[in-house]
Amino acid sequence: MAVVKIKRPDLRTGEKLYLGALFKGFLVTLKHAIDSLRGKTRGAKAMGSSGLGATMQFPEQRWDDSMPDYYRGAPALVTDEQDRERCVSCQLCEFICPPKAIRIVPGEIPSDDPWAKVEKRPKEFEIDMIRCIYCGMCEEVCPEQAIYLRKDYLISGSSREEMVHDKKKLYEIGGKRVGLVNKWNELK
Amino acid sequence: MSAEASTSEAKLPKDLAAEKGLVNVQIDGVWRQVPKGTRMIEACRMFGTIVPHYCYHPKLSSPGNCRMCLVQMGMPPRPAPGQDPTYDDDGFQPIGWMPRPIIACANTVAENMGIRTGGELVESVREGVMEFLLINHPLDCPICDQAGECRLQELSVGYGRGESRFVDMKVKKPKNVDIGPRIRLDDERCIMCSRCIRFMDEVAGDPVLGFTQRGTHTTLTVHPGRRLDSNYSLNTVDICPVGALTSNDFRFQMRVWFLKETPSIDVNCGTGTNITIWTRGETVYRITPRQNDEVNSCWMPDSHRLNFHYIDSEERLTEPLVKEDGRHREADWPDAIRRTVEGLRTGDPSELAIIASARMTNEELFLTKALTESLGTEHLTVVPRLGEPDGILISADRNPNTQGVKVVWRREDPGFRLGGIRDMVREGRIKRLLVLGEELTAEAGFTAEDLLKLDFLASSLLLAGPTAEASDVVLPGAAFAEKRGSMINVTGRLQRLNRAVEPHGRARDDWEILRDLIALVDDLPSTSPDYPHLIEDVFRDMAAAIPEFKGLNLSKIGDLGLPVTETDVTIPLLEDERARKAAGEIVG
Amino acid sequence: MELLIDLAIILAKVIGLTFMVVLPLVPLSVYFERRFSAIIQDRVGPNRVGIPLTLFGAKKDFHLFGLVQPMADGLKLFLKEDFTPNYVRKSFYWLAPALTVIPALVTVCVVPFGSPITVNGEEIKLVIADLDVGPLFVFAVSSLTVYGITLAGWASNSKYPFIGGVRSTAQMISYEIALGLSIIPLLLYYGELNLSKIVQFQADHGWLLLPLWGHAEGPPLAEKLLFLVPALIAFVIFTTSIFAETNRMPFDLPECETELVGGYHTEYSSMKFAMFFMGEYAAMVIGSALVVTLFLGGWSLGFGLDDSISALPFGGLIHMGVFMAKLIAFILFFILVRWTVPRFRYDQLMRLGWVIFFEAALINVFLAAFVIAAPDLGWISTIVGLVLLGIVTGGLIWVLKTSEPESSPNSGLLGQS
Repeated sequence: MAVVKIKRPDLRTGEKLYLGALFKGFLVTLKHAIDSLRGKTRGAKAMGSSGLGATMQFPEQRWDDSMPDYYRGAPALVTDEQDRERCVSCQLCEFICPPKAIRIVPGEIPSDDPWAKVEKRPKEFEIDMIRCIYCGMCEEVCPEQAIYLRKDYLISGSSREEMVHDKKKLYEIGGKRVGLVNKWNELK
Repeated sequence: MSAEASTSEAKLPKDLAAEKGLVNVQIDGVWRQVPKGTRMIEACRMFGTIVPHYCYHPKLSSPGNCRMCLVQMGMPPRPAPGQDPTYDDDGFQPIGWMPRPIIACANTVAENMGIRTGGELVESVREGVMEFLLINHPLDCPICDQAGECRLQELSVGYGRGESRFVDMKVKKPKNVDIGPRIRLDDERCIMCSRCIRFMDEVAGDPVLGFTQRGTHTTLTVHPGRRLDSNYSLNTVDICPVGALTSNDFRFQMRVWFLKETPSIDVNCGTGTNITIWTRGETVYRITPRQNDEVNSCWMPDSHRLNFHYIDSEERLTEPLVKEDGRHREADWPDAIRRTVEGLRTGDPSELAIIASARMTNEELFLTKALTESLGTEHLTVVPRLGEPDGILISADRNPNTQGVKVVWRREDPGFRLGGIRDMVREGRIKRLLVLGEELTAEAGFTAEDLLKLDFLASSLLLAGPTAEASDVVLPGAAFAEKRGSMINVTGRLQRLNRAVEPHGRARDDWEILRDLIALVDDLPSTSPDYPHLIEDVFRDMAAAIPEFKGLNLSKIGDLGLPVTETDVTIPLLEDERARKAAGEIVG
Repeated sequence: MELLIDLAIILAKVIGLTFMVVLPLVPLSVYFERRFSAIIQDRVGPNRVGIPLTLFGAKKDFHLFGLVQPMADGLKLFLKEDFTPNYVRKSFYWLAPALTVIPALVTVCVVPFGSPITVNGEEIKLVIADLDVGPLFVFAVSSLTVYGITLAGWASNSKYPFIGGVRSTAQMISYEIALGLSIIPLLLYYGELNLSKIVQFQADHGWLLLPLWGHAEGPPLAEKLLFLVPALIAFVIFTTSIFAETNRMPFDLPECETELVGGYHTEYSSMKFAMFFMGEYAAMVIGSALVVTLFLGGWSLGFGLDDSISALPFGGLIHMGVFMAKLIAFILFFILVRWTVPRFRYDQLMRLGWVIFFEAALINVFLAAFVIAAPDLGWISTIVGLVLLGIVTGGLIWVLKTSEPESSPNSGLLGQS
């Protein structure tokens, strides 16, 4: 029963003229237009409408407050409670990144560092925000819970170089994140 | 009837196999014929079934200590006294399966043997072995260099149980141990397969590694007061199935899954070790040996393996340079080529010499010879480069292609003119010099003052140095990882280099530089049918001119090379390996 | 001297009406199209582009509801690279955009924009050329537009534009017939081909579709109301055909993106593309003007007020304002249709043109003739005529029904009629 045969409705003569339906259609469209003009579009309030349709007037109005928890904004690196950078530059995010926006230069942690036992951390970590598609694969693949998509969405710059987030900028956006699994703890 | 019976009996598969020195083995339900004395693991491999293993390595002895290669084995039940063996329709005896598994790496096949590489028993024991191996293994994968080529990862995914039931504390062992100049040891990751111990003992001949402690506390360590500093130590990193031994040079440089593998050959000595060049983008990250049982088995010396960083070094020449008023300036290629030809052709051809290199490929040597003939000089030589053989892989001839020079130039001792040319330069009888791929102040024995006596010096080089400094024209060439071509090793084997990365900057393949020089000297337009557009065209011309290469082309050489000439040189490592194989110590 | 003044007046009319009234209407209708479609779709539409005062140091920009947007669009198109693919037939490729714009603008000259105004005691008609063959001139000239589109499709030397061009040719030819036939009843009614006089007639005797007022000496109200029947049929056919002629939704098959990438103008860029765009909207403006002129009273305000307005010193300009208001209202109707009705399938389009509209327009001519002639004919003749017409109509429908192939499951909405 993959094919369902549907019989076309038998139309009356008036309906066959097509003009009545056409006219009804005009009325529907017109009514919608008038509703839209009066700011009565369905869901206009929830979307923070500016009074015309359901559109929010962006630079003046922001939806920062109503941003959902699952919002995927700019990817960023986070540090943990002890201010250790969580990233160990395993380069899985670089591997998984569909638009190849991530570039990592791995480096060794010097032996006099308090976290020397982690051995590895990124020397350079760059995300090209022109390429980034905010898919969240990097967050999903990260075995160290080091990269998260934050709610920052206003990523702009006046040159290509400006749009490349380096390690410093990424930690600045990411900040500190607590309550994650700490596998490099003292017992280890 | 008796005659019929005897013929029918003679047709039993076991007898047919025995005539050819083979035995019948049932592998996963299919009857196969394999040579007598084959290890079970190799018999399975012959028919496409890889039995998972850690400690087994065909070039090393088989201690059977990882227990990963457990398979189920069966033989025909022993007949009761007076009972005749029964045969089924295909002429095989029924197999009585043993209730316990055995290791496939150290047992050999026998007539009418059955091997099961799967099934409930085998799978459950593998799961058990994997669980034991993972009990003390740290969750280091994100920082472990082996991740991506780790046998423990692969086999854990393939045969493990997926979850750990282990609730106790893991055993702590030393991490990040400095055991040698080029190697770092992480004992927690070690799964005690002992491959590295056996390699250092059996192949490198420097048994410095060993286990201490017992049980879960077994620890790999170096002999007190000794270091893992053999010139072959990095091979232990290659054979280590986990990330316990890592190379300091490659450590944390790049994950292996980003790297592209290009098969090529080593150019540091006449052996021509087969290698794999691992690159990402235009950067070479590491070089590992590639198995070729006629050249280097599975190994290569550390000194050769690590000698690739000059490709990306600061000294690398990347632009054609032309000297004007005592200073070099960047030029474009046609200009540089034109100046070179003009400089070489001013004056008497007898005052011109060409010093080529036995590090060049056959194709480049062939073009060099053609250029020499076009310029009308007889002063052509290469720089011999001799050293001490190490009795394993490193040959006394440190030039990779001396044999190629002999074949392509048809000269028994291609380097004999070097001394003469040097003297003539000092006496001022040679005024113009073209240097191809050699630093004259190194092995060639020139001094910087000698070079100042020349009227004109053109050089095709990789790195900046006194020769480039003194050159009127510098033509930047390509490094071994940047070119395609062929070389002949000390045993007379023709092998192929492949391009792994593009030449840096505006540097060009050496054969293209030579072709452009010849084209300008001979006034050969690029539309001519004789003008070689591809390296394959050069090889075709060379194959037509040189009997050893008759009927060959670059593709036909293949990744493992072809023997083209006879020499009396042998490779000690291979001799040793063959002896041990004959003695039955290794599979080979 | 007289001649010079006449020339000056003509020039002033050409510049004033064509370049100051109709041409600005083109970007204006683009703006309306964008704003109105946005509102229909719960969006805002272009509302930002205005006077960028902040560039000159002011605190706020004047947005002007985004009215400057079409200018920005035009500027953008103007500054784009004018790319000519090297495989096109160059001369025709260049000619085609001009051929779509110019006929549309030329037809402006017969449209009466308002009642005559008096300057210096001299009466000036607010129409560039007061031709006595108004509608015929419009049809003659506007049908040249098809050359622009066909040539564009053919000269582009590329498959999608070519298909678009061929479709456009077939479509325009099909609907031109219905277009021409549908106004014959009107001409019978008005007894006039001069558009100015047609409008004046409507001002005096009520609009064709709203004949509720008028001088006593005109046709009686009953006749006018009776004539509404053929007039309405003519209106539907004429309006629909105008949609088809202007390649507007639901008849935009020559350029439908889903099937033909961009249709006939796929290979065009920059100003040449903009000319096609302009041509389409200019045709829309002219089409609306024609509908307004022929059916909706042109510049007439109606309700018997026109005479007193004409008597005012510059009453013609008020009438012009009325005309513009009607025009814009009809343009809005054009836009409403575009965002309501889905695109026709090509066979449906052809069927509608040839099988339905052509016959309907033909019968409508006779019907209108009857309505007009009825008072002069006796009862018997009228009834016999009506019966005859009914038989002819029934026969036509029967022929159409029987000649129709067995309706296939895919014959679609109109296939069932």
